[in-house]
This record gives sequence, structure tokens and C-alpha cells, in this order.
Amino acid sequence: MTGTESPLDSSELILNMGPQHPSTHGVLRIILKLDGERVKSAECVIGYLHRGVEKIGENRTYGQFAPYVDRMDYVAAVSNGLGYCLAVEKLIGVEAPARAQVVRVILAELNRIASHLLWLGTHALDLGAQTALFYTFREREEVLKIFENYCGARLTTHAFRIGGLYYELYEGFDEQVSAFCESFLPHLDEYDDLLTGNPIWRGRLRDVGILTAADCKELGVTGPLLRASGVAWDLRKAQPYSGYEQYEFQVPTGARGDSWDRYQVRIAELRESIAIIRQAVRAIPAGPAMAKVPKVLKPAAGEVYVSTEAPKGELGYFLVSDGTVQPYRVRVRPPSFLNLQALPRMVKGASVADVIAVIGTLDIVLGEVDR
Amino acid sequence: MAYEEWNGELAREVRAAFSGAALEFTECLGQHRIAAPAELVPALIAHLKSECGFDFLVDVTAVDYPERAARFELVYVLYSFARNERVRVSAQVSEQALSLTNIFAGADWLEREVFDMFGVRFTGHPDLKRILLPEDWVGHPLRKEYPIAQPDEAWVAANLEML
Repeated sequence: MTGTESPLDSSELILNMGPQHPSTHGVLRIILKLDGERVKSAECVIGYLHRGVEKIGENRTYGQFAPYVDRMDYVAAVSNGLGYCLAVEKLIGVEAPARAQVVRVILAELNRIASHLLWLGTHALDLGAQTALFYTFREREEVLKIFENYCGARLTTHAFRIGGLYYELYEGFDEQVSAFCESFLPHLDEYDDLLTGNPIWRGRLRDVGILTAADCKELGVTGPLLRASGVAWDLRKAQPYSGYEQYEFQVPTGARGDSWDRYQVRIAELRESIAIIRQAVRAIPAGPAMAKVPKVLKPAAGEVYVSTEAPKGELGYFLVSDGTVQPYRVRVRPPSFLNLQALPRMVKGASVADVIAVIGTLDIVLGEVDR
Repeated sequence: MAYEEWNGELAREVRAAFSGAALEFTECLGQHRIAAPAELVPALIAHLKSECGFDFLVDVTAVDYPERAARFELVYVLYSFARNERVRVSAQVSEQALSLTNIFAGADWLEREVFDMFGVRFTGHPDLKRILLPEDWVGHPLRKEYPIAQPDEAWVAANLEML
């Protein structure tokens, strides 16, 4: 029935997915235009979780704003805090002491593991593989216990301070982290047994939501999505910070840029994070945990853009100082926001069920998309 | 710490390609910025993309300086995978700017956010509308005169009357 434009034409159906839908991982609404089961176009509607984080930043001192950034990507609060601290430190010309840098790396990598585990569990759940969630949350719990022992909080940790660490390491930190690394690798093999060889899991991910390297660069997509498309680019390697250049680790990449490659890349990143943590925990230097930082921070007028490799991709902070105690402007470059922008391109021509797979594989957190 | 004159390799390349244009090359904390007249931004960024290898638009944002004649400073962060280098492009605009969506598709949402938060309209944008706030929202929150306390009572009363 081509070329007929009658008002009774029923070939196009508009389907609202979300904002209250478990598989959208938060309050994401997608307006799908469907031709039968096929997606003709998709439009994301976001902002349901907007809290005006950047505006708040302009009305707090540099130190006061630090806990707010934990609430953007709330499953990777440590990484958010690390990026913010590095940005302010660059602005005031302070570098965290060696001890602080190593501890920061350990906690940030543990947080990457926790973030990837939450992704894997919920992604599998969305696709009908319920068991994986219980396994991944078991391991994630061990990471959260380390955070809790370290700073008292499990999610919104506010683990770091501008200039270093607020908390000294607790008794038994090294042992607990080493024990976690030891036990985690066999668990990774369990995930493999559960998912990798599973034909349904394969079928749901292979060739679904393909994103080429050119698409990624065009759309501002970073992180595991970019790497799954074959670009071996990781800020920890490309522009190392916090001493990442001291550690040996690989940057896993995919070839096809489909959901399967993104799954494989993130699993491989879990192994690399363990490798980094093992190297770091062996050699935590003694010394002070805080650099000399003035009680009142008044950076000279200037601007700085600092970005780090957060679990979701490039997390950037653009700070403008006018010489007062409050930033003149705080801009957060959220990886989830730009990665989500690729969704319409990824699901075009796919089936509705594939949309669920693609949302999962994007690994977005709406707290960060909406800020 | 101040903005110093920047005369690096990229600055020389760009200066040669745009001789006669009012470009300003500055450096702050080791980071580079090219300030350009607003109407030149698309051509400059297209040049950086095709000739200098800056094939990744990292971010588009703005800073509000109400006391300036053209109050908004647009800031574009670009990255080159080949050179492993970042550069920022900035331009002063009032409430009109040129869209980059035909150069980088990824500028779409970023420009919508700048429009939403600052009220800068991007000519040539395919679908310029609010992105984080509801469509009927009044005002642009990241403007300096926008208050931080209870600016949304009217909207809440009209839309969220649950009792």
C-alpha cells in the first residue's frame, strides 16, 4: 500500500516508551514511530531528572559544590568526584600528593567495576536473563562495602577533596581490596558461563544497534561505545591523569560496533580494572594525603576544561573563575547525554525488542543525562 | 594566571588559513583557545575539522556576561584524535548564533541545551526546542539574572497540582 495517504492509514503507530518503564533505566521517554514491529524513527524526551546542577554550581563555593557532582552519575560517584577535583586542582595549580593519586585510582577503578556490574546485571535482566543480576550484585556489594568502610557512604561517596583525600585509609584496606580482586576474576568466568555462550544472549546482541566509528565521532559518543566501534581511545591512555601512565593495562576494542561488541568490551574492561587495582594496591606510597590547599579557594580569573575517562565515557568539567570564591560558570560535559544522542540512529529499522537491548547497551544514567 | 598570547603550531596554521580575520589566540593554564567573530565560527570549525584533524566536537556550551554588549560567550571544545590535542573556539553572541549541526551532527542536543539554558537561538538547527526543561517553561535558568530560589512556583502550580 505505498503512496496512499488516507487518514485511515494504520501503517504508522506511535508508541510512547517510558518515562516510567523499567527498561529505560530511569526516567527516559522515547517516542517510537513504528511500522508494524519496525522502528521508523525514535525521539528521546529527557529532562525529567533535571535538578539544575550547573546553576547550583554557580551559587556554591568550589568545595561546597563537590558533593553535588556525586548525584549526577550516581552509580559512579567516585569518578564524578575525581573529575571535579582534578578540574579545580588544575584551576588553582595544585597537584594531589602521590599517595592520594594512587588511592584515587584504586577507588575510581573499583567504581568502574561497580558501574559496569550494575550495567551488566540490569542489561541482562532487560533481555530476560534474570540470573546474572544476582551474581553481579553480589560482587558489586563487595565494592560498596569497601566504599562504606572508607568513607561511610556506599553510593554518593564524596570520597575525595580538592587537593587529595579527606579520609586516611582504614586498617585492612589493602587486604580487603586484594581479596576482592582475587575473588572477582573467577566470578567473571561465571558471567561468561551464564551469558557469553548462551545462544539467546548472542541472538539478542549480535548485529543489534550498530554504531560505526564514524558515527561515534560525528555524534560525540565516547567510552566503551566508541571502543566497541574499533577506536582504541581511552583518556587514561591518551591524556593520562592521576598517574594512570604508571599502570600497565590494555584498551579493549570491538570490531563491528554492535551490542555484542559493547558487551565484550565492558567485560574486558572489568579485567583491566582489576589489573590496574592490583598494581596500585601493591605500591601505595606513604606520605601526606592532602596537598597544601588554602582554606578559602579563590582561583585567579581563568578557565579550564578537564576531562577524565568515567565508566560511561568522557566526563568533562569546564570551569570559569572570575577570581571569587564561587565559580562563575560550571559546565559538565556528561558522557551519557551525548551517548544517548546516538540512540535514534542505532534503532532505526530495528524491532521494538531491539530498542530495549540498545538502551541497555548504551549504559546511560539519567541523573547524568539530565543533571 | 591570565590569558596569554598563544603562538603554537595550530595557531600558526589557522592564522595562515584565515589571514585578515579578527581571530584571537590565547592560552590559559596550558589550554588553547581561538576567539572568533560569531559569523566566522562555522567556517573556522569546518576548517579545523577538515584541514587540521579536529574531527570530534566534545562540547558546546555558553557563559553569560550580562554587562557585555553581546552577552553570551559560546564555547566549543574540539578534539583531534590524530594530534591528541584539544582546542576551544569561543565567540560572543547576543541571542542569535549559527548552528553547527551540518558540520557535526552531535551539535544537535548540545545546541538545544544552550538554547534551553541561555536562550541563544541557533540559525540552521533542524529542531531547535527545549531539551531539559518542559516546553512551556518561562525563562532560561543559566542566565545570571535568573534566581536560584523558587523560580518555578508558577509552573509547579500549573502542572503538578496533585492535592
